[in-house]
Amino acid sequence: MSDEGVDVAADVVVVGAGIVGAACARSLARAGARVVVLDRDAAASGTSAHGEGNLLVSDKGPGPELDLAQESLRRWAALAGELAEELGPRFPSVEHDAKGGLVVVASADGLAGLREFAAGQREVGVEAVEVSGDEARELEPDLAPGVLGGIYYPQDAQLQPVAAAEALLASARRAGAVVRTGVEVTGPLLGAHGRLVGVSTTRGDVAAGAVVVAAGPWSAQVADRLGAWLPVRPRRGVVLVTTPMRQRIHHKVYDGDYFAATQSAGAELQTSAVVESTRGGTVLIGSSREQVGFDERLGAEVLTQMARRAVAVFPFLARTNVMRSYLGFRPYVPDHLPVIGADPALPGLWFATGHEGAGVGLAPATGDLLAAALLGLSPAVDPDPYAPGRTTLQDLRPAPDPRPAQGAHEGART
Amino acid sequence: MTSYRVPAGSDPIEPGADRPLTIRVDGEPVTGTAGQTIAGVLLGAGQRQWRTTRDGAPRGVFCGIGVCFDCVVEVNGLRDVRACLRRAQDGDVVATTPEAGR
Repeated sequence: MSDEGVDVAADVVVVGAGIVGAACARSLARAGARVVVLDRDAAASGTSAHGEGNLLVSDKGPGPELDLAQESLRRWAALAGELAEELGPRFPSVEHDAKGGLVVVASADGLAGLREFAAGQREVGVEAVEVSGDEARELEPDLAPGVLGGIYYPQDAQLQPVAAAEALLASARRAGAVVRTGVEVTGPLLGAHGRLVGVSTTRGDVAAGAVVVAAGPWSAQVADRLGAWLPVRPRRGVVLVTTPMRQRIHHKVYDGDYFAATQSAGAELQTSAVVESTRGGTVLIGSSREQVGFDERLGAEVLTQMARRAVAVFPFLARTNVMRSYLGFRPYVPDHLPVIGADPALPGLWFATGHEGAGVGLAPATGDLLAAALLGLSPAVDPDPYAPGRTTLQDLRPAPDPRPAQGAHEGART
Repeated sequence: MTSYRVPAGSDPIEPGADRPLTIRVDGEPVTGTAGQTIAGVLLGAGQRQWRTTRDGAPRGVFCGIGVCFDCVVEVNGLRDVRACLRRAQDGDVVATTPEAGR
């Protein structure tokens, strides 16, 4: 790999101050590295601020993403208290809420599919409790009468992702990290043998022994500016927000189509009902997936589909007012696994990105894994499945550009 | 901090005649002056909070310009009315906890 010559005391620059960059910065700083975090905008202003703060095992089948999620959800449960203790009562709560998830279906076929999926999850330690329609309505009294049954996932949780990212950054600062916002990366600093030794920015050069790109759906562009390649693309999602109300929804509730939507590769619009309430009293209604680049123009079709699906699960929502909607971009990777580790082509470049809609949940384990790999510590989970050099990604690498690479060492493109 | 009503005649922005009106808030009469929003009437009567979050945190006027929805009340049976935007009319019936009893 490419970590020769990097010692534990080396400076690391983390590009991106979202939840994943914040978690990387904290893990690195607490392990003794001197860390500088850069973000072109404010901290936690991109993908982290435009989701629902999900910490989920329910939507993940057995495999590396579920392994990372299980480790990460354990970490969050402890971190919520650790951060509160470290940062004191004046710092906003991360609002960690072990509310549990409930997946419901209205057909026998749907239930059979859920049952099989849950059986696989149970084998690897996920708590998945089958519930009848009546039991589901005991958990959620306002569920539609047509709900036939489902699976209850007590390990699913939620938190406030902006507060959580800010808390991780504050904790990283206390360990010596420096966070600089409004600073955009413009190119690489290259050292001997073409090694990446920092970044040039709109506010001057930042030298570092290693560069970690944690820029979510914008990671491919940052990689490109540094002379590297990464197949991360934006996958858009929209959330509807109701006016505040008394609590009528107690878990994260979604219909059985959600998993299929997360695992699909299509660019076309896909929707499924994902409904939950927040501490502020609003109800968040999702979800949608579409690949339309970074287009921020909102269409009515996606809102209509989501609202219709949500009302099918919770009929009372038909008489609820929606006060706004927001949209964001998830970092989509074609093989549906995060990208965590060293770039196979450009020494000194590391990635922590590609979590699609699961970055908030996967952040702590990602930060620990990245820090362990970069600093030569022993990782809590096997890092290989997330390696940027894995064949499922590298097989997608475009043919080498015959023109000389601009601003980058020629070895950066293979 | 307290909130109170400035007499209409000494309003530094737009002084004018005081045309009193009365609205009912959760059954209790509250007086204001024509031109005030419902939030204005409530604030003028010294009331700064009329809603709570699920955790019990107080809510009233936050943004004051219709964006945050923190000040929503029920007015004449219509839910989710932003008190900061709705001009008070004499006789308005305002419920601060429209979900109660539903």
